[in-house]
Amino acid sequence: MPELALDIRNLHAVIEEKEVLKGIDLEVPKGEIHVIMGPNGSGKTTLAHTLMGHPRYTVTQGEACLFGEDLLSLKVHERARKGLFLAYQYPVEVPGVTLSHFLWNACQAGRSGADGNGKKNPKEILAFRKRLNAALESLKMPADFAMRHLNVGASGGEKKRVEIAQMQMLTPRMVIMDEIDSGLDIDSTKVVAEGIRSLKGSEFTALIITHYPRILEYLQPDRVHVMAAGKVLCSRGMELARELEQKGYDWILKEFNVV
Amino acid sequence: MNAKTTSALDLDQSKYNFIDPESAVYRSARGLTRETVIDISRQKKEPDWMTDARLRAYEVFLGKPMPRWGGDLSEMDFDAYTYYIKPSDKREDRWEDVPENIRKTFDRLGIPEAERKFLAGVGAQYESEMVYHSIHEDLAKKGVIFLDTDSGLREFPVLFREHFASLVPPEDNKFAALNTACWSGGSFIYVPKGVKLDIPLQAYFRINSENMGQFERTIIIADEGAQLHYIEGCTAPQYSTKSLHTGVIEIFVKRGAKVRYTTIQNWAHNIYNLVTQRAIAYEGATMEWVDGNMGSRLTMKYPSIYLVGEHARGTILSIAFATNDQHQDAGAKIIHKAPNTSSTITSKSISKGAGRTSYRGLLKVAKGATGVKASVKCDALMLDPESRSDTYPTMEIDEDKVAIAHEATVGKISDEQVFYLMSRGLSESDATAMIVQGFIEPFAKELPMEYAIELNRLIQLEMEGAVG
Repeated sequence: MPELALDIRNLHAVIEEKEVLKGIDLEVPKGEIHVIMGPNGSGKTTLAHTLMGHPRYTVTQGEACLFGEDLLSLKVHERARKGLFLAYQYPVEVPGVTLSHFLWNACQAGRSGADGNGKKNPKEILAFRKRLNAALESLKMPADFAMRHLNVGASGGEKKRVEIAQMQMLTPRMVIMDEIDSGLDIDSTKVVAEGIRSLKGSEFTALIITHYPRILEYLQPDRVHVMAAGKVLCSRGMELARELEQKGYDWILKEFNVV
Repeated sequence: MNAKTTSALDLDQSKYNFIDPESAVYRSARGLTRETVIDISRQKKEPDWMTDARLRAYEVFLGKPMPRWGGDLSEMDFDAYTYYIKPSDKREDRWEDVPENIRKTFDRLGIPEAERKFLAGVGAQYESEMVYHSIHEDLAKKGVIFLDTDSGLREFPVLFREHFASLVPPEDNKFAALNTACWSGGSFIYVPKGVKLDIPLQAYFRINSENMGQFERTIIIADEGAQLHYIEGCTAPQYSTKSLHTGVIEIFVKRGAKVRYTTIQNWAHNIYNLVTQRAIAYEGATMEWVDGNMGSRLTMKYPSIYLVGEHARGTILSIAFATNDQHQDAGAKIIHKAPNTSSTITSKSISKGAGRTSYRGLLKVAKGATGVKASVKCDALMLDPESRSDTYPTMEIDEDKVAIAHEATVGKISDEQVFYLMSRGLSESDATAMIVQGFIEPFAKELPMEYAIELNRLIQLEMEGAVG
């Protein structure tokens, strides 16, 4: 049996006493790319945020493991340091903090013993800058983006690319992408997809939440899951995404008796 | 009081929290009397006019009631302070001649290195008197005067008398009167016409004796077309009873001149910091206050600029950080008295724990000052539910043909920002510190590099204390 990057069993979560996740079961084996599709309000974003540990959501039941380790008992930053990464649908703006400064600290924080206050090694900084420049260039972004304040004044497309740049810099083991392709034009979708594809490999596992099969044509996912009403209804191959694109969700909701 | 906060602060201040065995040559009796004022003047061998000025200010001080606005001064006891301490017989020009225990103190503060590195001149105030002072030869050749204020009075009596207390008279407020009565030390700076200094002038200030009031008096004169940047940083050891720091700073920016005055005060949390800072800007002149308030028990400080000549410009950029036991009552005042003058006020305040920040500002445009452009922006960030922030902006606009912009925000630290940064691996305290550092970035980017680093480090430590 392959190692599971993500193993979710009967996960229930509430927000303000309302149950949003009603028993999620999901397995993502290491090295695979999985997709979650589903109508609005089915709990996809909630699942992503709950796995990352957003304080607004409370887990009431169930388990979630990252590479066999319990995820739910960890704080947000500990989850990140274990290799979990969430690319947001709406990345937050942080005025006054440059992308470069933020990412340097984030990269340092992942290391054992480092607390963000460690002495800076000039060689390391130089290597870091080179990597960041390369990441931005591959995403077709100007190099001065590194010195811009995090997501401030950036367009929707730029914010998504910055998420991918962060992902490339932090080299996570398990990535969740929440509508990374929403609001992107055709060219931007391609750039973002290439950015993700560059990381593909046996050490890279992803769970991609999307409404559009276009990005999936670039990424060739291994499995497509459909979520509705806080549950995973079914899991099939890439052909399911194309079918949903053509026919919408009604037929599958009927098939599984979800109103 | 949050115990963790204390430990973080102790850690930070450990570098400065040392007390030398007292080596004062002369120390005035506790409390302030007419005799003490005369005594201070005699000890300093001052001309009669200064003795008279001190005595007149002393009468004004006695006659003025304690301010009932701003911060809580009810525990202040004027009789508990020593008003003058002279640590050694004379001012020293060479580092080697400074008494050894005083030199050790400065070594620990890193002053000689700082000088060697990039300072043009250093005036280091140890207790009340300048003991160490040097001027870079190039500056002297240019005719720049950079002295401690006592020497300024002795060596340039005419220039001194013309400016002293002309901008901040003792009648201005009770603490300006107190300072005028018993001032000691500070910097006296004159930059001649057209001389532009590329390197900042710096002075270090220290309070070293328990219950000692420090009353530095700084006078800066930039003659026509001159340019200078003056930097003042403060550190003080922590004591259990309250100390008092009451400074007066007067800055004269003549036609076409430009002055920037940068200060970050990080007084120990038992110090009352009550300072009057005022500048006057003539035609086409530019004055900039860059003012950071991190320490003290209570700060009341409102840097002001009088724009009296056409096309004069004024900028006041300030931050205030108040934690549990602190109240930062800080602000800015700009008075437009001439046409086509412009000004910008940017104030950023952060309160943490039960800390309290207040912004108290005045923007005034006199009748006839047409074509004035002014903008006021104050942002307050509160880190905890028990934090407090108040804004008291006053605008007196007596002229119609003006463009005034005013913007104020008060906000709590955003959970979404903290979550976002934490989801990239930063701990909660690191994430919070980063957001606070970003919040004050408009201020920090105006500081010389090492000050910006020190400031960020200080915020980092404060945050570690908060969330640990």
